[in-house]
Amino acid sequence: MHTFAELMIVLIILLDMALAVTGSLSSCIRLVAAQGVVAGLLPLLAAGGATHTRALVFAAVIITLKGVVFPWLLLRARDRSGARKDVEPLISYPASILLCLGAFIASSWLGSRLPLPESGVAWTVPASLATIFTGFLLITTRSKAITQVLGYLVIENGIYIFGLALFVEQPMLVELAILLDVFVAVFVMGIAIFHISREFDHIDTAELSELNDWRRGEYGK
Amino acid sequence: MILPLLLLPFCAGLLAFIVREDRLRRGLLVWTSRMHFFFTALQVWGQLSGIHGFTPLQALQGGAAPAWFAFDALGLLFLGITSLLFLGASHYASYYLAAEKRDPGEDAEGLFVFNNAPEAVFTGCLLLFLAAMTAVTASRHMGLLWAAVEATTLLSAPLIYFHRHKRSLEATWKYLLICSVGIALALMGNMFLGAAGLKAGGGLELGGLLAGAGGLDKPLLKAAFLFLFVGYGTKMGLSPFHTWLPDAHSEAPAVVSALLSGALLNCAFLGILRVNSVCAAAGLADFTGGILALFGLFSVVTAALFMLGQRDYKRMLAYSSIEHMGILSLGAGLGGAAMFGALLGALSHSLAKAGLFFTSGNVLAAEKTKRISEVRGLWRRAPRTAALWLAGFFLITGLPPSGVFLSKFLILRETFERGQYWLAGTLLFFLAVLFAGMAKVFISMVFGPREEKEGGKPFTEPGAMLLPALLFFLLVIGLGLYLPAWLGGLLDAAAGGGL
Amino acid sequence: MEIVKPFCQYLAAMTLAPLLPGIVNRVKAFFAGRRGQPVLQLYFDLYKLLNKTPVYSRTATWVFRAGPVAGVSALVMALLLLPFAGRPSFLSFEGDFIFLIYLLGLARFATVLAALDTGSAFEGMGASREMQFAVFAEPAFFLGLAALVRVSGQTSLAGIFGALTPETWRQAAPVLALLTASFFIVLLAENSRVPADDPNTHLELTMIHEVMVLDHSGPDLAYILYGAALKLWLFAALIACMVLPRHSGSWAADAGLFLLVMAGVAAAVGIVESVMARLRLTKVPYMLITAFAFSALALIFQMGR
Repeated sequence: MHTFAELMIVLIILLDMALAVTGSLSSCIRLVAAQGVVAGLLPLLAAGGATHTRALVFAAVIITLKGVVFPWLLLRARDRSGARKDVEPLISYPASILLCLGAFIASSWLGSRLPLPESGVAWTVPASLATIFTGFLLITTRSKAITQVLGYLVIENGIYIFGLALFVEQPMLVELAILLDVFVAVFVMGIAIFHISREFDHIDTAELSELNDWRRGEYGK
Repeated sequence: MILPLLLLPFCAGLLAFIVREDRLRRGLLVWTSRMHFFFTALQVWGQLSGIHGFTPLQALQGGAAPAWFAFDALGLLFLGITSLLFLGASHYASYYLAAEKRDPGEDAEGLFVFNNAPEAVFTGCLLLFLAAMTAVTASRHMGLLWAAVEATTLLSAPLIYFHRHKRSLEATWKYLLICSVGIALALMGNMFLGAAGLKAGGGLELGGLLAGAGGLDKPLLKAAFLFLFVGYGTKMGLSPFHTWLPDAHSEAPAVVSALLSGALLNCAFLGILRVNSVCAAAGLADFTGGILALFGLFSVVTAALFMLGQRDYKRMLAYSSIEHMGILSLGAGLGGAAMFGALLGALSHSLAKAGLFFTSGNVLAAEKTKRISEVRGLWRRAPRTAALWLAGFFLITGLPPSGVFLSKFLILRETFERGQYWLAGTLLFFLAVLFAGMAKVFISMVFGPREEKEGGKPFTEPGAMLLPALLFFLLVIGLGLYLPAWLGGLLDAAAGGGL
Repeated sequence: MEIVKPFCQYLAAMTLAPLLPGIVNRVKAFFAGRRGQPVLQLYFDLYKLLNKTPVYSRTATWVFRAGPVAGVSALVMALLLLPFAGRPSFLSFEGDFIFLIYLLGLARFATVLAALDTGSAFEGMGASREMQFAVFAEPAFFLGLAALVRVSGQTSLAGIFGALTPETWRQAAPVLALLTASFFIVLLAENSRVPADDPNTHLELTMIHEVMVLDHSGPDLAYILYGAALKLWLFAALIACMVLPRHSGSWAADAGLFLLVMAGVAAAVGIVESVMARLRLTKVPYMLITAFAFSALALIFQMGR
C-alpha cells in the first residue's frame, strides 16, 4: 500500500514540475486541481486500510473543494476577466525544471536534517517542501493575478502534505476552519481578480505598480 | 462573557448585510460596538476582581477541560484595545459613511470619478472583522488562532477596497496576497509546533503547550517559531515583510486605516507573543528574544529611512506604525520591564495612531489630497483638525507626557540596564531621525504659507468626527501621567504571561 | 551449453531487429487508415541496398567510407552486452553499462564525422543538431542507468536486469516507473522518432538524423539503416527488460513474452508518432531535459531510500 502512496508522492513532484513549466492558464488550473485531489487521497493511502469515517469525510471535503470548487471558481474568474492569454513563465523551461529539481534535492537534504517524527511514507516531507517552493515560483515568475492565486493554492497543498507527513492531528473544528479560510481566500481573490480585470482591462500584476515610495509619476510627484 | 463577545459582532455583521435602511445600519454598527465594549469592560472587571492573585495560567487551569476560547491577561489586554478602538472607529465611521453618502465618488487626486462599495458590505465586513479580532484575542488554540488571523485578513480586504479605484484595488491585492502567503507560512509553523509536541503528546492547545513546554523538541520548536514569526510578522508589518502595509494604510478609508494599524497589527503581535511564551517556557528565550529584537530594530531603521522624503501623509503614518511595531517587537525580545513597556506601547500606540488616522481622514476631507507638499497652512482652513494633527504628532513621536513616551522610556532603560549600549544608541539615533522626519512634515502641513485654491468651499469641521481622536489623545496623555492600579496589574500579569 | 543460449539470443536479436521499424510503420499506417508497408519491408530494403554499388563524392575521404561501418559495428558490439528476456547476455562484466554508453557514443561519433566529411552544409547542420540533442539525451540515459544500478545493486547490464524481480517493482515502483518514462523519451529522441525528429520528412531544414545520411548510398546506407534498427532494438529491449521482470524459468516462455513486449514497445512508438506532432526544434531539448529530470528524480529517490 505504501508503494502506492509513494507513487502519489512522485506524482505530486511531477505535477510541481509541470506547473513550473506550463504556459497555459487553464492547464495550470487543472494541474493545481489534480494536485489537490492527489493530496486529498494521500492520507487514505498512507493509512493503509485502517481508515475511519472522519478521515473519509475529511478527504471527501478536501477533494470536492480542491478538485471541483476551486477550479470552477478560478475558471470562472478567468472567463469573466477575459484572461485567455497564456501565462508564459518569466524564466525558461530548462531553468524552471532545474530549479524544481534543485528544490527537491535541497528539501530532501533539509528533510533528512530535520528531526521529524518517522512517517510511514518516504519522501513526503521533501515533496511537500518542493511543492511549497513551486508555489513561490508560481507567484514570483508569472505576472497574472490568477497565477498568484494558483501559487497560493500550491503552497497550501504543500503545507497540507507537510502536515500529513508530521501526523499533526488537529481537531476537526480547526481543520474545517482552516479549509473554510482557504475557501474564502480563493473566493475573495476571485472577486478581486474580477475587479482588477474591470479596472485595468487585464489581470497583469506587472501593472499593479502605482503604489510605491520612489516612483516619480503623476501620483507621486 | 466570551460567547456574547464573539457572537454579538458576528450576528450583527450578518444582519448588516441585509438591513436596507442606512441610518438603521449605522445605528446597528454604533450600538454593537457599544455593547461589545460594555461586555469587554464586564469581562475585564470580572476577571480582575474575581480571581485573587490573578495569573493567566492559574486562571485557566481552574477550569476542568482546556477551553479553546478563554481570556488570559494578554488576551484580555488586546481585547480591551480592540474593543476600545472599535468603539471610537464605529462612531467615526457612522459620520464618515453619512458624509460619503452625501458627497460620493470624489477622487482625492482629481483623476477620475469612482464609486464606493455598497455601505452594507462595508458595515458588515467591519463588524465581522471585529468578531474575527475578538476570536484572535480569545483563542487558546494555536490552530484556531491561525484561522482567526487569516479570517481578519480576508474580512478586512473588502474594507480596504471601499473606494473603488485602481490604487485601492492594487493595495487590496497586495494586502490579500502577501498576508495570505505569510499566514500560510504561519500554518507551516503550527505544523512544526505540533510535531515538536508529538512525543510529549501535546497538540496545539496553548495551556497544554505551556504546561508541557519542557518536553518539546527544541530544534522543531525553533523551526516553528521562525515560521510563525515570519507569518505573523508579515501581518504585523515587521520589516522586511512590511511591503503591503504602507499601500493598504494609505489607500484604505481613514477609519479602516485606524483599525488596521491600531487593532489588526496588535492581533498579529499577539500571535507572535503566544508562540514566544511557549518558546520561553521551553527555555528558548534567548533565541526568540534575539530574533524579535533584531527584526524589531530593523523595522525601526527601515521606517526611519522611508520616513525621510515621504510624499504622502498617510503613508508616513503607516511607516510610523512599522516603527512602533518594531519597538514592540524589540521590547518583547528584551523581556522583563521592556515587555511591560511593549504592552503599554501597544495600548498607547493603538490609541494615538487611531486618533491620528481619524484626523488624517479629516485632513483629507478638508484638503482633498494626500500629498504632503500640497497641504500648507492647515490651521487656517481647519484649526481644530490642525490642532489635533499637531497633538497627535507630539504623542506618537513620544514626547512626554504620554503613554508612548513611557513605553519607549521603559524599553530604552531596559537596554541600558542590560548594558546593550549599541542597541540603545542605534535605537535612539533612528528615533531621532524619525522625529525629525515627521516634525518636518507635520509642521509644514499645519503652518506654512497657504495658497487659497480658486473656488474652494469653506470647510466645516464636523465635531463628531473630531471627538474620537480627541478622546483617544486624552487617554494617551492620561496613560503618561497616571497608570491606574488595575491597568498596571493587568499589564504586569500580561507581561508575565507573555514571558 | 552456457555459451549456446546467449549466442542464440544474440543471433535472434540481430535478425529480428529490422522487424521493429516494420511494426512501427504498420501501427502508423493503421492509425492513418492505410494498409501500409509489409512488416518485412526493411529486410527487402537492406537486401536491395546491399546489392547496389555505392557512389562516393570526389571530395569525400576514407572517413566518409568508414563512418557507416564503424557505426554499425559499434552497435553490433553493443548488442552483445544486452540481456535478452532477463537472461545473461553474451558478454558481461562489471560496469559494462558505461561501455554500452560509450559504444553508443562511438556510433554517433562515426556518423557525425562521416556527415561532416562530405562538406555539405545540410549534413553539417544535421550533425550539429544531432550532437546538440545528444548533449541532453546522454545525461538522462546515464543517470537512468545509474539509478538502475542503485536499485539492483549490480553494475553489469545482465546483472541489473537479472536482479529485477516483481518484488523490486513492489518496493521501488516509483523509481522504475520514472525510469521507464525517461528511457522511453530517450528512445524517441535517440532513434529520431516523432516528437524529436520525423523519420519520414525529407525536407532538409527540419530533419536531424536523416539529413546526416543523405550522401550515403548502397551498402553504406544499408549499414546505417541496419544500425538504426539495432539501436531501436537496444532501447526497446532495455525498456522491455525493465517492465517485464518476471522470470518463469522456462526459456521459451520468457523469450516469447519478451518478444511480445518488444512488439508492444514498437507499437507504443507508433502510437506516439500517430497522435503527436513533431516538436519545434527549440523545444526538443525541453523534452530531453524532462527525461533528465525523471532520471534524476529516480536516482534521488533511490539514493535516499
